Amino acid sequence: MVSAKATGPHSPGSLLSVEDLSIADVSTLLSLTSRLERMQHAERSQLLSGRRVALLFYESSTRTRTSFELAAKSLGITTTLVSDKSSSIEKGESLKDTGLTLRALGAECIILRHQHSGAPVLLERVTGLPVLNAGDGTHEHPSQALLDLRTILTRLPGLERDVVDARSLAGITIVITGDILHSRVARSNAMLLPRLGARVILCGPKELLPEEAFGLGANVEIERNFDRALDGANVIMMLRIQRERLAGLELDLTGYMAHFQLSQDRLRTHAPHALVMHPGPMIRGLEIAGEIADGPQSAIEDQVRHGLAVRSALLLRALASADETRRLAGEVRL
Amino acid sequence: MKQRDVVVHSGRLVDPAAGLDAERDLLLRDGRVAAVEMPGGLRALQETELVDAGGCIVAPGLIDLHVHLREPGQAWKETIATGTRAAAKGGVTTVVAMPNTLPVNDSVETLAWMLAPERDAAVRLLAMPAATRGSLGAELTDFAGLVRAGAVGFTDDGKPILEDGIMRAALVSAAREGVLISQHAEDTRLTALTGGSSGVNAGALAFRLGLRGMTIEAEARLVERDIALLAEIERNEGLRPHLHVQHVSTARALAAIRAARQAGVHVTCEATPHHFTLTEDAVRGYDTNAKVNPPLRAAADRDAVIAGLLDGTVDCIATDHAPHAQHEKQVEFDRAPNGLTGLETSLGLALCALYREHGASIADIVTRMSTNPAALLNRSDLGTLAAGSAADIVIFDAGAEWTFTAGRSLSRSKNTPFDQALMLGRVRTTLVGGQVVYTDPDSAPS
Repeated sequence: MVSAKATGPHSPGSLLSVEDLSIADVSTLLSLTSRLERMQHAERSQLLSGRRVALLFYESSTRTRTSFELAAKSLGITTTLVSDKSSSIEKGESLKDTGLTLRALGAECIILRHQHSGAPVLLERVTGLPVLNAGDGTHEHPSQALLDLRTILTRLPGLERDVVDARSLAGITIVITGDILHSRVARSNAMLLPRLGARVILCGPKELLPEEAFGLGANVEIERNFDRALDGANVIMMLRIQRERLAGLELDLTGYMAHFQLSQDRLRTHAPHALVMHPGPMIRGLEIAGEIADGPQSAIEDQVRHGLAVRSALLLRALASADETRRLAGEVRL
Repeated sequence: MKQRDVVVHSGRLVDPAAGLDAERDLLLRDGRVAAVEMPGGLRALQETELVDAGGCIVAPGLIDLHVHLREPGQAWKETIATGTRAAAKGGVTTVVAMPNTLPVNDSVETLAWMLAPERDAAVRLLAMPAATRGSLGAELTDFAGLVRAGAVGFTDDGKPILEDGIMRAALVSAAREGVLISQHAEDTRLTALTGGSSGVNAGALAFRLGLRGMTIEAEARLVERDIALLAEIERNEGLRPHLHVQHVSTARALAAIRAARQAGVHVTCEATPHHFTLTEDAVRGYDTNAKVNPPLRAAADRDAVIAGLLDGTVDCIATDHAPHAQHEKQVEFDRAPNGLTGLETSLGLALCALYREHGASIADIVTRMSTNPAALLNRSDLGTLAAGSAADIVIFDAGAEWTFTAGRSLSRSKNTPFDQALMLGRVRTTLVGGQVVYTDPDSAPS
C-alpha cells in the first residue's frame, strides 16, 4: 500500500510521548532517579554543570515548571524561562522561530509546555534538539506519568521501586476519574501503566469520557459508575474539569459532583485503603473533598516530590551520553 | 504561423469513450485529432512532427475537476502559471479552478481575469465560480452571466452551501443553466461544535493524539440533505439538477449516493487519491502535510472509497490540489491550514492503488480521470481522442515505477504527504491542443 513518510523523534534524549519509552527505558529512568536522589548535592551539581536548557512555556504552570527548573539547577544546568507572555511570542513569533532562536542562544534542550497537541513534535523536528514534553494540549504529559508511576511504586506495599518489567504492576487496579477528554495526564498514564501490567479503569460522564478512549490501549476499561469503579481499586487518580478547554460544552456541575466527586463517604465505603492521587491543579470541593487531599491516603505531595526527582533523570538522559546515563543508572544495582 | 501536424505513433490508445483499447497512430492538426489510424497508417505523411509513444499508453488528457490555483490573491502558494505546469507534468490537460481565491471568484470580472491569456496557463483552464456572493452562503451569484463568461459549474468549495433554501435555489438555477453544483459536503453546524475543520478523523486515533476529530456524520448528513433536495426539485419543479459531491470520504456518504443513483436522481461524485490511498494513520506523527478536509479516514472508509471507484459509484478522481507555503504548514497541527498538493501524483497513485493492487484496467483509470469528468462538464470534445476532438493527450508508461520527490514538484508549494512515495506509471509527454506542454526529461527521445 502507498505509505506516507514516517516521522518519528530524531533525538534519543527527547521525551515527547510515553510511547517513545521501552519498558527497559522506564526501568533505567527509575534507577537513575533513585541514584540522583541519593547523590550528594556537590556531586550532583557537577553532572551537567554549565549546560544550557530553555523552559518554553505557552501555558501557565506551577508544579511542572518549578520542578523542571529546580531539577535542572540541582544538576548544575543554567536555565532560562521563556513564556508566551512577556516574549516575542506575544508579537506573533512562530514556535519554529522561537525554537531556532533559543537554539542559537545556546540552548541544548528545550522543555516545552504548549496548548496545542503535538507541538513538541514540531519543535524537535525544526530544532533537532532534545525536547522534553511538559504537557502538550490534550495529548500527553509523559513526565507526569513517570512521576505517578514512581509514586505508586513507592507508596504501594511490596513493589520494587527502581527496576520495572511488564509484570511490575500486575494485580494493581488504577482508577482515573474525571475530565479524561481534556486530560493529557490521563492519556499518558493510560498508555504507560498497562504496559507494566496494571489494569486501568477510566471513569467519567460521556461528555468528558467518550467511547473512543478505548483506543488508548489494551487493559484500559471504561466504567461510568464511580462506586463500581472504586470497588477493588488500589490507586485512584482524580482529575480537574478543565473549564478552559470545554469550548461550549455545558456541564451540570451539581450532577457531576454527585456522581464523580471523591467524597469521604465514597472513599470510606468503596476504597478505604486505596492510594489517592491528583496531578494538580486541584479544585477542592469539586472533584475531590479537601479532607481527602490532606488525609492519610493522599499521595498528592509525594507526587510533587517525585516530579522533581524524575525530571532530574529526564534532563540527564536528554543531555548526557547514553553510556553515561546507563552507567549512572546501573550503579544503584551494584 | 500555422502549427505543424503531429503524429503520435506506436502507442496503445486507450480511449474508453470511443470504445478503443488498441495500437493506433494519431494525426493531430490545428489543435484537434484529425485522424486515428492503424499502426503505420500515417507513415506516408510528410512534414510532420513525430511523437514516439512506443511502449506507452496514449490516452485523452486527464481532467481534474477540483484544483486550487490560488490566483488571484495568494500567489505565494501557487499561481495559475505554476499550478498548470504541475498539472502538465502530471498528465493533466484540463483543470477546474475552485473559487476560494482573494477576492472570491464570484463575479464575471474575476472570472475573466482568471481565464485571461496573461495568466499563462500551461493547460486548459476552466473555472467554477462561487455559488454565493463571497461564498458567504447567503445570496446567489449571477449564474446566467457567469455561465456566459465560461463558468462550468458552481461551488462554495472550502465551505458547504449550508442553508437548505440557498442550496435548493442554487440547484434550481444551475439546472436552468445546464451546469452542476459541486458541493463540499460538510455539515459545519456539526463540526463547529468539535473545533471546525479539524483535519483529522473522529475516533480512537484522534482521541489518543488529543485532537478534535471530524465525524463521518458531518459529511454524510449534508450529502443526504442534498440528495433529498434533488428529489424534491425533480418532483416539484420539473427540472433535473445535477449535484456533484466533492472528495467523498465515507462509506455512509457513498451508500447515500449509490441509493440516490438507483432512485434515478442526478448525483455524481469524485474521490481524491489521498482518500483512496491513505488512512488516518498518516497524521499519527502530527504531519500537517496529511491534514486535509475532509480528513483521511479509517481503513474501512478508505476501502469503501476504493470499492466505490471499482464499482462505478465514484465517477471520477479529482485531486483537490491545495497548495500551502511551508511557513503555513510548519506550525502546530491545530493551526495549520487543510490541504495537500496532488496534481503530479494523481495518476501514479491511481495506477498504484487501483490498477496494480485492485485490478482495475487502464481503461477504468482513464474513464475515472478523463472520460467521466469530461462528461460531467458536458464537454464532448474533451475526454476522448476520437477524430474531431481536442488534441489533449497524456502519454505514459504504465509499467514504470518511480519515486516522487516533493522538492522537484513544479507547484510553488510542496505540501504533500507523498514525498518519497512509490508511484506507478510515468508521464512521458503531455499535449494540449496538439502542442507538447510537458516532456519527461528522463525519457526525452533522442
